[in-house]
Amino acid sequence: MPLKDYIGFCILICLVLLMPHLMVNDYYLGVLVFAAFNCLACIGLCLLMGYAGQISLGHGAFIAIGAYSSGIFTTAFGWSPWAAMAAGAFAAMVIAMAVGIPTLRLKGHYLAMATLGFASIVHIVAVAATGFTGGPAGMSGIPGLRLFGYPLDSDLKYYYFAWAAVIIGLYFAFNLIHSRVGRGLRAIHGSGDAAEAVGVNTAVYKIQVFALSAVYASVGGSLYACYVNYIDPGPFDVMHSVMLVTMVAVGGLRHLWGAVIGAVLLSVLPEILSMAAAPLRGIGIAYRPDYDILVYGGILLLIMMFLPDGLFAGIASAGRSGIAVVKKYARGGRIAGK
Amino acid sequence: MPENNQILELQRLRKVFGGVVALDDLSFAVKRNSITSVIGPNGAGKTTVFNLITGYLRPTSGALVYKGSFLKSENPHRMAAMGIGRTFQNVQVFADMTGLENVMVGRHLRSSAGIIVSGLLPSFLRSEEKQVTEDAARCLEFVGLAQAADKPAGALPLGNQRMLEIARALAIEPDLLLLDEPASGLNSRETIAMGELIGRIRQKGITVMLVEHDMELVMDISDNVAVMNFGKLLAEGTPREIQQNMEVISAYLGE
Repeated sequence: MPLKDYIGFCILICLVLLMPHLMVNDYYLGVLVFAAFNCLACIGLCLLMGYAGQISLGHGAFIAIGAYSSGIFTTAFGWSPWAAMAAGAFAAMVIAMAVGIPTLRLKGHYLAMATLGFASIVHIVAVAATGFTGGPAGMSGIPGLRLFGYPLDSDLKYYYFAWAAVIIGLYFAFNLIHSRVGRGLRAIHGSGDAAEAVGVNTAVYKIQVFALSAVYASVGGSLYACYVNYIDPGPFDVMHSVMLVTMVAVGGLRHLWGAVIGAVLLSVLPEILSMAAAPLRGIGIAYRPDYDILVYGGILLLIMMFLPDGLFAGIASAGRSGIAVVKKYARGGRIAGK
Repeated sequence: MPENNQILELQRLRKVFGGVVALDDLSFAVKRNSITSVIGPNGAGKTTVFNLITGYLRPTSGALVYKGSFLKSENPHRMAAMGIGRTFQNVQVFADMTGLENVMVGRHLRSSAGIIVSGLLPSFLRSEEKQVTEDAARCLEFVGLAQAADKPAGALPLGNQRMLEIARALAIEPDLLLLDEPASGLNSRETIAMGELIGRIRQKGITVMLVEHDMELVMDISDNVAVMNFGKLLAEGTPREIQQNMEVISAYLGE
């Protein structure tokens, strides 16, 4: 992992520690907790999309698998939430392999189609299998997490915990891409034929990274279930899967930091828009949450037109040109000083 | 297989695409530690031969004997594991990765870290990673590209990209190296350097097989030349024999 990514980690940790002091109430802290869950799913999705070049339109389904595993194993079988989370991650991995093995052996975007169908199936099962999932009414009474015996019983504690999970997940992902495995994945993205020519088993690598990304999403889902203590099929529809892809695309596919930025931005955007509703009403515009989707569409459109590599790439290049300008002036100053 | 001095033998290879016969009853052998060139007009089926040897295509009929045993139709990554390296006619470097990282991918089969180890431990804590970096740097230096280690491969000039592809293929430590038009798009100075590099590769004990259009290079460095025309073997022999072969001359010049 290059030095600048370690610096990125330091900045992220500082921001995580700083944020609670800027929050006026716990509600906004809760929004950032949800952002952390999306971050986890997006980190996995970014490994899959940006580094292995495959698209999944069904990651919401893996979040659902994690959430429902946590819900069912804790309430119906009395497992500890941690064991339930591990079971959910394992289930997500196995299911991802079952979906990935037939589709990822083929060339082309068959995974996108298969996962889209899979996401619909999972949502339908969540609604219809009332005996297991509680159906549309959902399931409640999911116990919260305890860390080394201490209950994570406040928004602030859960906030720190969720973001610690993101940082660990991010650290794992960063190590991975700067390793033998990560080089193999990036090689597949660069040229599948050339990767095969040096012995990279491209089919197995794609399946492995898809399974890993499913585990990320599943853990995010389990953390979600343990945070809100109640789940219903609502948040796990196909639109949420599309939203996750949008987050990664907006932040920037080609870099893990982009996934984090995209996930946080689009997670807090509804809150920003609802805050903007009052001043907009003041100037005669009745803003309703229904219009959020228009704003999302607009943002995606603008990003694709002007920053096709995503926000992170835009920020990075702006930073580079900023540094170049500063250096130029500093040099100019020295010359003038002579 | 009685003849021990040949690394690869093509036995009556036939490849049909739809209704088009790309290769028809092609047989010839490649001697161990030789430089063997495959030449012929465009569309003669030279690249198809390479794709059959490296597993990108499967023969319609016929067989390949490699190191004394029949090559089963396997995926390309299995062929790499068996010691067959290759480059591509249209250079295929990993454009977003640095020169060094490109070659490090070539060390894939000589290292073993999986997802769990790679994710948990940063690279500076793993000795394998250090070894991979050193090996890759050595390969890069061998082809004379040490200065390109930190540059994105996509930004290198074509000549350097071709050299980089060779460095990457050498990193798998092949016994047989297939070069698909290594001099195409190179200027004369770069072509001379390429010929010299191919000679040094052979000195390492690697058998080199190349498809090439630059006749000066082919005749200069080859031990053996196989001439193809319309999917068939037209002639085979030393460069001198090929240069004097009337059939070859008429195929190239037209009748």
